[in-house]
Amino acid sequence: MDLGSINPVLLIAALLLASTPILLAAMGELVVEKSGVLNLGVEGMMIVGAVAGFIVAVESGSPALGILAAAAAAALLALLFGVLTQVLLSNQVATGLGLTLFGLGISSLMGQGYVGIRPPTSPRLELPVLSDLPIAGPVLFSQHALVYLSLALVAGVWWFLRSTRSGLILRAVGESHEAAHALGYSVLGTRLAAIVFGGALAGLGGACLSLVIVPQWTEGMTAGRGWIALAIVVFGSWRAWRVLLGAYLFGGVSVLQLNLQAAGIAIPVELLSMSPYLITILVLVIISSDKRRAQANAPSSLGRTFHASG
Amino acid sequence: MGRSVRRDPGSDGAARVSTPLLEVQGLRKAYPGVVANDDVSFSARRGEVHALLGENGAGKSTLVKTVYGLLRPDDGRMQLDGRVYAPASPHDARQAGVAMVFQHFSLFEALDVAENVALGMEVPPPMRELATRIRDVSETYGLPLDPSRLVGTLSAGERQRVEIIRCLLQDPQVLIMDEPTSVLTPQEVAILFETLKRLRAEGKLILYISHKLEEIRALCDWATILRHGKVTGSCDPRQKSARELAETMVGSELALPAARTQDPGEVALSIAGLTAASGAAFGTELKNISLEVRRGEILGIGGVAGNGQDELLAALSGESRSAPDSILLGDLPIGSFGPNERRALGVLAAPEERLGHATAPDMNLIENAALSGRHRMRMVSRGFVNWRKARAHAEHVIKQFDVRVPGAGSVARSLSGGNLQKFVIGREILQQPDVLVVNQPTWGLDAAAAAAIRQSLLDLASQGAAVIVISQDLDELMEISTRFSALNEGRLSEPRDAAGLTLEEIGLMLGGAHDLEIGQGSSGPERAVGPGETVP
Repeated sequence: MDLGSINPVLLIAALLLASTPILLAAMGELVVEKSGVLNLGVEGMMIVGAVAGFIVAVESGSPALGILAAAAAAALLALLFGVLTQVLLSNQVATGLGLTLFGLGISSLMGQGYVGIRPPTSPRLELPVLSDLPIAGPVLFSQHALVYLSLALVAGVWWFLRSTRSGLILRAVGESHEAAHALGYSVLGTRLAAIVFGGALAGLGGACLSLVIVPQWTEGMTAGRGWIALAIVVFGSWRAWRVLLGAYLFGGVSVLQLNLQAAGIAIPVELLSMSPYLITILVLVIISSDKRRAQANAPSSLGRTFHASG
Repeated sequence: MGRSVRRDPGSDGAARVSTPLLEVQGLRKAYPGVVANDDVSFSARRGEVHALLGENGAGKSTLVKTVYGLLRPDDGRMQLDGRVYAPASPHDARQAGVAMVFQHFSLFEALDVAENVALGMEVPPPMRELATRIRDVSETYGLPLDPSRLVGTLSAGERQRVEIIRCLLQDPQVLIMDEPTSVLTPQEVAILFETLKRLRAEGKLILYISHKLEEIRALCDWATILRHGKVTGSCDPRQKSARELAETMVGSELALPAARTQDPGEVALSIAGLTAASGAAFGTELKNISLEVRRGEILGIGGVAGNGQDELLAALSGESRSAPDSILLGDLPIGSFGPNERRALGVLAAPEERLGHATAPDMNLIENAALSGRHRMRMVSRGFVNWRKARAHAEHVIKQFDVRVPGAGSVARSLSGGNLQKFVIGREILQQPDVLVVNQPTWGLDAAAAAAIRQSLLDLASQGAAVIVISQDLDELMEISTRFSALNEGRLSEPRDAAGLTLEEIGLMLGGAHDLEIGQGSSGPERAVGPGETVP
């Protein structure tokens, strides 16, 4: 056992990156759920984003184009979900599960010729001067652009939901779609926009995985991260900052337990592997334990089908 | 204020010569199978409270939804202030100066007052300025309200204020009010009437929908009466008796409940020291509830919605359980029994929410009859449902209680509110309960349907059942209860004999003591409107 081999600075830098796919997907799902839609297809949208981003990056040689393509492909898949559930009024739970299965299937089909290829490397965004600082430099100022984007999105989503009129309308639609409709707001339009936004973020999360973290394409490489993102949104009681905490906690414990395994610590591997799930859910359950407040923040129309009649 | 038109209080139709603000001509709206509005025409002036009166399903709601731009008419024209008015959406209507306070409040419980107000405005000011304006308007019109409170924590009366203030901030010319008093205490009604009179004096037009005839007689200057989607008459309601109005509206003699004569029998059900937390997010905790109800009596429980009514019903029906001894059926402790065990023993309940709580919306009436009656009506043997019995029960209810449906196979969702309520109450009464608990039995029902339901409750009591009626309609409780008690913030007042109580005393029992301040110029709490009384 050699705990000295774990470098805390590198650990924190790795944690920020490792948490980013989940954080992106969870922020997207947060907005979707706040509008009253439950999209269980996060895993499917992530992996479609991962494969689409990978293919476009490899073919064009540009990681930036790949990342854009990932967002667009997953948004398109989300739009399919939106049309099915909002226009054709299909069941959200069944459609979301179907979306995940469909995404996993089509991504392995699309990615068949791309297994084992290395994508063009996307450089870190080394901020001049700042990245040379000790400790803070490698941790904060020499990360990949997607890490900064995900943090900006957390602040942006928080601000959007709290302070803007569109955010207020989105929350209102999620809270009571009948009342929002009676006041003349478009429930359908608001929800479709939220669903597409959520899809795009899930796609970004997927691209972050296949182009930056791994970077490689393997079938089923999201490995349940979409489900973790869904769980974090609920256990974080639909608050942007708690979702951030949950995502970093999960990413952090995942990275730490890998390091601990490598260091040969005397804890069974099985326990270490399950620790990120256990610790994240435990912590989020404890901070959201005030049931009434959590209920008040939960969108009341979540998962309910809306049809404007009369 | 400058354009206000003074009303001549003693005048009749002759005073209605000034040009109309809103004119509706030949409006028609048809749904599959029913014509909701058929050639509806009326006109209304500035500075007028104009009543739209009619039974359930008469087409009032369709008519005002059309005026508010939620529905597009199939045919007909509207004019607002001399110009063609055809709103494609509520946005258009609000821009043209038409605002609406909804029957079922269109509020968002998890948002605060200011956010709710902002959602109803076309171009809301920044939040801080909006909060100031909400305070200003609420003080001007005597409707105290804190902009930062969550709407979920407000009483029904306060929620209505949010809606009214939301409308007033847009400075509308026409204010539509759909059943505004159905959830208010007498004191709150008095405050609302003060506000409406003030708005009338400012020259606004108020379209006022209600079934409560005395209210319309007290407040409104003119009434347009609808029946089956058509205008059947218009009159000055102050010149007519409530009975005459009701007859124009219903088209038949109104059946007033007969007086009760029986002496109460032994105690059928008693509750001692029941305390229960609410399962709902913004629910009310029941605090130390004790009551007794005897055979042959109706115990009326008044109170404004949200003071523990739903929780009390859940505790009585068995949906929320308590210590065995806290509820006794005769001598039998039933506090720990669930709804099915209680139903089998003859304790039946009809909750307030007809669709989704009392009935399963997408199941038909036979299935819904079986759901509540399967134990007591012996519809189940060896795990199988006897559908013939269930159908017979449903058809019996439909016939006995005049539920207007094509047949027992119709799904619950397709019934109008009044018809469904008749079915829900009838379904329980025909099971011959020993104890029946009903919550808001006539909410939103027209006079004829409400009278029929009240009569059936009286009949049930006179056959020796114990009946508990939880209602916000005090006139109703006075009419049918033997004893009266009130729920306020989860506490139940000591039941008193209903005879001899005045509405004022009851209002105070209800905890109406809060928010008594009325806009300046008023002389303290006014009695709500009683029969034969007019408000100056």
